[in-house]
Amino acid sequence: MKARQKRLAFVALAVLGVGAASALALTALKSNISYFFSPSQVIANEAPPDHVFRLGGLVTKGTLARQEDGLTIHFDVTDNAQTVKVAYTGILPDLFSEGSGVVAKGRLGPDGVFYADEVLAKHDEDYMPPEVASTLKTAHAEGVADAAAGINGASN
Amino acid sequence: MVPELGHFALILALFLAIIQASVPLAGSLSGNRTWMSMARPLAWGQLTFIGIAFLCLLQAFLTDDFSVIYVATNSNSLMPTAYKVSAIWGAHEGSLLLWVFMLAGWGAAVAALSKNLPLAMIARVISVQGMVAIGFLLFTVLTSNPFDRIFPAPLEGRDLNPLLQDPGLAIHPPMLYMGYVGFSVAFAFAIAALIGGKLDSAWARWSRPWTTVAWIFLTIGIALGSWWAYYELGWGGWWFWDPVENASFMPWLAGTALMHSLAVTEKRAAFKTWTVLLAISAFSLSLLGTFLVRSGVLTSVHAFATDPTRGSFILIFLCIVIGGSLALYAWRAPTISGGGRFDLVSRESFLLVNNLLLATLTVLVLFGTLAPLIYEAAGWGKISVGFPWFNKMFVSLSPFLVLATGTGPLAHWKHDEPRRLIKSLWLALALAILVFLAVSLPIFSAGNMAMAFGLAMAAWLVGSHLVSLFDRLKHKHGLKGLAADLAGNSRSYYGMWLAHMGLAVFIVGVTMVSIHGKETDIRMSPGSVHEDAGYRFQFNGVQSVPGPNYSAFRGDFVVYQGEREIARLFPEKRNYFSGGMPMTEAAIDAGLLRDIYISLGEPVGDKGDWALRVYYKPYVRWIWLGCIFMALGGVLAVTDRRYRMARQTAASPIPGGAAVA
Repeated sequence: MKARQKRLAFVALAVLGVGAASALALTALKSNISYFFSPSQVIANEAPPDHVFRLGGLVTKGTLARQEDGLTIHFDVTDNAQTVKVAYTGILPDLFSEGSGVVAKGRLGPDGVFYADEVLAKHDEDYMPPEVASTLKTAHAEGVADAAAGINGASN
Repeated sequence: MVPELGHFALILALFLAIIQASVPLAGSLSGNRTWMSMARPLAWGQLTFIGIAFLCLLQAFLTDDFSVIYVATNSNSLMPTAYKVSAIWGAHEGSLLLWVFMLAGWGAAVAALSKNLPLAMIARVISVQGMVAIGFLLFTVLTSNPFDRIFPAPLEGRDLNPLLQDPGLAIHPPMLYMGYVGFSVAFAFAIAALIGGKLDSAWARWSRPWTTVAWIFLTIGIALGSWWAYYELGWGGWWFWDPVENASFMPWLAGTALMHSLAVTEKRAAFKTWTVLLAISAFSLSLLGTFLVRSGVLTSVHAFATDPTRGSFILIFLCIVIGGSLALYAWRAPTISGGGRFDLVSRESFLLVNNLLLATLTVLVLFGTLAPLIYEAAGWGKISVGFPWFNKMFVSLSPFLVLATGTGPLAHWKHDEPRRLIKSLWLALALAILVFLAVSLPIFSAGNMAMAFGLAMAAWLVGSHLVSLFDRLKHKHGLKGLAADLAGNSRSYYGMWLAHMGLAVFIVGVTMVSIHGKETDIRMSPGSVHEDAGYRFQFNGVQSVPGPNYSAFRGDFVVYQGEREIARLFPEKRNYFSGGMPMTEAAIDAGLLRDIYISLGEPVGDKGDWALRVYYKPYVRWIWLGCIFMALGGVLAVTDRRYRMARQTAASPIPGGAAVA
């Protein structure tokens, strides 16, 4: 092979490889991203049914209830405008508590309950996931009563 | 008084950095030897002043000086002394100070260990490091001064985040930072070479050991972080594709590519501009990592409370560094000569494949990490990219990487015959296929395709590297000849060998734990027994026990295999006196072939029942063992004879012999 042909072969192989990798990346991305929705959006039916998404907000005080089996937990998530019931089976992360911010990943059931398979934990108790912070801000901007109190309570 | 001294030392260091960034560089451009020779003393001065600042902060922590806000928020008089020291880098301000301290340390190391470098080169390298130091010192002094006071001083500190009170995490950030900051040396060498317009084998030989040392630290740092997350977070996972983990993984991928590319530049004077680009990328990704961790733009399990002005400062700094160095690159790179030619089948080609794959993986991780930002900026909604996506990317690309890793070391430089390669590698290929068939077909076990694939990749790596080793051991006869052959190979060859074996060990660990790992959430009553993965867990109830700065609930478990008691595990749930959330301390019975892992959830009911989680993790230790092998391989490579020689003799032609891939 001549030097020119050789270089062309190299470039063609590289382009082919990178092209295949990016095609793979983008097609796989579609099925692996999960959107984030606030309780208000879920109540307004913006969240897709039968699809995994993340729900974020504050855990409503006094709603945390453990079921008979000791592993299933029910609690409410609110953005101070709307509230969604959440069911989760398993061990909760250490930093989970009533009145604090939470992000849960799972599906919305036909009964309107959000069945989470994952409840996210955070390293820092003062930390608020940016999505939750903006969810609360949006709800507040919409003039919902008591939202300010909720934000202050949550961000310490 | 002492904290003010520290603050003052930082400001002096900033002024010194300004001189360091300008005077030696100006000297190297105008040929003024006096200015150039100021580089080394300036690097030492920088280390002295930042060292003083660091010691001042250390003193504030050791004497519980809670009038310093940073100490008050991150320490507590009850905390063990070791954690008072590690609390220095427990939060933002202090970790930044640690960062600049290390930057100064690397600068001084360059000044001390580069006696044979041309004066103009050393002047430029140290000047570039000075520029980086200006950015970080400005950042520290303007937005994140660790010496700020509070009045009146609180009587007691708020305590360090309990998650960070752990030996693994006490040394994880310094290791990681040594790696991040270490790439600044490779970066400085690349920029200095671009300024000088001279990129040759000598340049590659100088920057190679520095890059390798930084890479060793980064490897250990990432492994420690993964190990810490595994036992401390109580979820039993070793990698979460969390933005902060990705932030440390991207420079590692780019750095790995850089090491391999530097090998080609040193041996064959090829890949020059590509090597420079990788050096710039590795350091830029380190900076991006800092930005991602500190700005809080991404949801992360690691994110600390953040401050937007800091984020924008780092973003501007990042733009200056990346934009500036890429502009310099665009201006200078076309003047650099192409270097040695090579054929389609040659060691260069396999290293090129390795580099392209590592670069692609880096870009993919970067894309996956930033995709949520892109989506939000474009108004497509708030998303997160789940770890299945990252896993899919790595599972689909790594086989090619492994194939190249196995073939490369056996291929000749410049030109090789495909037939010769197949002839020497057929044994390794046969071994891999054999392993694949044995594991995938239901002969010895149920048969598992994914596991067969993973183990076959590891077998291929082991096989091909054994072939490579035997090839190098058959020159002489007899036992003495074997010993002579063994000693005849360079340390960098064994370093490469060990690091690649580390990859094989790592792959086995990942494959086994992903496929056969087990996780069960259960509720247990005192005295009850649970059976899982061939083990029997007997729960003896939970007791309250005191700790130095916390009180804990401690569970008591006896683990049986058959009738034999194999372990007694005491997982804890701790409540720190300083308040805040409870902390889970998992109990782990570690072994080379499997871990048994129990973490306490919460008490259930009033009869002493607990919700808890039991894990069975086969071969999980191999993941970190593989990382240790890789790091040790790096140590062997860096202590190679030619670098030790290079320090004594002036730049001489490279001794031939064994090459590292």
